[in-house]
Amino acid sequence: MVQPWTADFSITLWVVLMGFFVTAACGLVGNYLLLRRMALVGDAISHSILPGLVLAFIIFKTAATWVAFVGALAAGMLTVLIIEFIHRQSRVKPDAAICIAFTTLFALGVVLMSMLEGTGSFHIDADCVLYGEIAFVPLEPPAVWHGHSLGPPSALRMAIVLAAVILTIAVFYKELLVTSFDPGLAKSLGMRTGIWHYGLMGALALVIVSAFESVGAILAVAMLIVPPMFAAQLSERLPLRLVLTVFHAAASALIGLHLSVWLNCSAAGAMVVAAALLFVVVWIGSQVQRMMHFRRKLPDPRTEEVRVVGAST
Amino acid sequence: MKFPGIVIVTIVAGIALLAPEIAVAARINELSDSTFLDRTVRFFTFRDPSLRNALMGSMLLGICCGLMGAFLVVRKLSLLGDALSHAVLPGVALGFLWNMSKDPVAIFVGATLVGLLGAATVQLLRATTRHKEDAALGFVLASFFGVGICMFTMIQNLPGGNKSGLDKFMFGQAAALGRSDVILLAIVTALALCAVMVFYKEYAITSFDAGFARSLGMPVQIFHYSLMLLLAFAIVSSLQAVGVVLVSAMLVIPAAAAFLLTDRLGKMLILSAVFGMVSGGTGAFFSFVGRNLPTGPFMVLAAAAVFAVSLFFGPRHGIFSRWWRLRSRSARISRENTLKAIYHVLEDEEFETDQVSGRELAERRRETLEEAENELNTLRRHHYVTLSSDGGSASLTPEGWQRACEIVRNHRLWELYLTNAAHIAADHVHEDAEKIEHILGEETVRMLEKRLNYARRDPHGRLIPGLEDIQFAAGRHTVPSRATGFGSATN
Repeated sequence: MVQPWTADFSITLWVVLMGFFVTAACGLVGNYLLLRRMALVGDAISHSILPGLVLAFIIFKTAATWVAFVGALAAGMLTVLIIEFIHRQSRVKPDAAICIAFTTLFALGVVLMSMLEGTGSFHIDADCVLYGEIAFVPLEPPAVWHGHSLGPPSALRMAIVLAAVILTIAVFYKELLVTSFDPGLAKSLGMRTGIWHYGLMGALALVIVSAFESVGAILAVAMLIVPPMFAAQLSERLPLRLVLTVFHAAASALIGLHLSVWLNCSAAGAMVVAAALLFVVVWIGSQVQRMMHFRRKLPDPRTEEVRVVGAST
Repeated sequence: MKFPGIVIVTIVAGIALLAPEIAVAARINELSDSTFLDRTVRFFTFRDPSLRNALMGSMLLGICCGLMGAFLVVRKLSLLGDALSHAVLPGVALGFLWNMSKDPVAIFVGATLVGLLGAATVQLLRATTRHKEDAALGFVLASFFGVGICMFTMIQNLPGGNKSGLDKFMFGQAAALGRSDVILLAIVTALALCAVMVFYKEYAITSFDAGFARSLGMPVQIFHYSLMLLLAFAIVSSLQAVGVVLVSAMLVIPAAAAFLLTDRLGKMLILSAVFGMVSGGTGAFFSFVGRNLPTGPFMVLAAAAVFAVSLFFGPRHGIFSRWWRLRSRSARISRENTLKAIYHVLEDEEFETDQVSGRELAERRRETLEEAENELNTLRRHHYVTLSSDGGSASLTPEGWQRACEIVRNHRLWELYLTNAAHIAADHVHEDAEKIEHILGEETVRMLEKRLNYARRDPHGRLIPGLEDIQFAAGRHTVPSRATGFGSATN
């Protein structure tokens, strides 16, 4: 059980930490997506940033991090705009519009990528795009500051993103809450719901892009959806949900690592499996609880309205 | 309406017959030449057997996915295709683990079973938690895909077994399609076609109005699950050629393009299948010409091009067509407003002349002389007025006279109707009438006249032009020296 820790403590620590940073940052943003019923937009954006990465490389002729970042962010925003355009300008339903937008962009990305590979100047492992390899994170040359070794740069970057997400939620808690739960009320309070919508999309793109580079799209997508569902299953109050999300993130990163060592498989994939298993446990638990509620003739928790504390202003 | 599946059957049969007819074995040395033109020629002469498999497979896949996708789109389940195509990944891995080889049948069975499990999980999540559709789909997509990734990486680390080509399930490679894959695709396509043709009515009703179908005593759930089964079949058999990520595109994009073009399910199914087939063929072509580039992305881009064309240029719902209609309508309304202004000018002069100068029109409409002259020129182009030789004044042609009378009549009738029938104050009715005057049809006008007892005057006391006045223009080319209140002279 402790074998991976005793064998190489620092590597294992960084893998778990990286997994935790990604999972927590995604999960926190995901809570708001879940409330807005936009859980699958994360999936769409994570696929469609691929052409952004490749185009940014073609234009700037370098694979530097900030270049990839700009390209991916632009592609993410473009996806959101295309989805809205198709949805507004035609009678195609939003779900179909999401599907059309991201698959087309992804296809474009794969085509561009394979053409670049043909010229031999560029290589992104196509599999890496999908599931990355979190185990390589500790092998990066560590960032050095004033002679102190701080750790792998991508993990530090992810930590900064996580801190930024937490800070944003803390500062704009009320606005995010109201615009997510009741856009009508938000508008009547004079809030610009459009700005918050695009702000959230921007944050989403930011989180996915920074996670994507080192751990692949699948972990990011799963962590946008699974931890918030886990938290929503346990609590109806948003603050508690956010806290539960972070706990779930830590637990699934830790369990996922052990799972991956045990099964000898991809760590990112194992973390997703661990997160899903945690949700299944809670799901079954809530079913059992519901049956007991039913016996005591208490109201079905499903039919109760979600109560929010903190929205009173 | 008879289900026009016969058309699709003909196409499928055509493809099936075409390939063996042109069967000429490729020689090994031909595989080395590789200019673009060469490969294009080779594509269209079907000389490579692997190409024949790839092309047939891609086109069959397009038909099959197009048919199933049409139902997904009308049922608003588009993302279910996406979720299921990701969710079948563990099934592929299981099928591979069965005997450590890429056995199409084992993979097919494994993936179908896991796909159905995924669909059932979505249903279960929605039934037992308060999570919405999108969260349920997202959960299945992500967690199943995660399991699949784990199993794939485990397989990569296992010793032995022929693991090559397993990564093709991600992005698809039609060139890797074997004969058995194509046969599998053909069977699935035939099955989908038969099911849709036999149960066309049932699928249509359950898709559009499940409540109504239930009230007719139809087993709605059975039809839903049979559709899910067919969907899983379509996804699994297409995986090899388009890959996990892009199957959903082949399901949704051709169907959405067809959805924009027609309102009939039957037509939509045909269009969707044809679009899918064309995209499949195009994808196979580019993949072949580009020397074994992944097929899936090219198919999707071809389908997206079709979608973009129907999004912008679709005859009824296209953005461009709608813009064009809007433009021509606002042009017509502006012409009619000018005609109305000319009528007002003439009326103020009690129809003593039939000439309206640009200046009078400009004063009436409160605009510059230049604008007024432009408007008169526009009317001249539509043969509503004739201009005097110096271009300074205009007189109405019979057509112009008739249209002007109609517009003024519509306006005043409507004002009267609003004051009499709806009891709106006389000074509030003008705005409304300004809009409706361009829309009222003859039939509505007859009804209004009847209802208002063929009244002569509008609420402001002005005379309403009658049918006689409009017909008056047909006989004579100039306005009479004293056109009356339009029929009122006799009264």
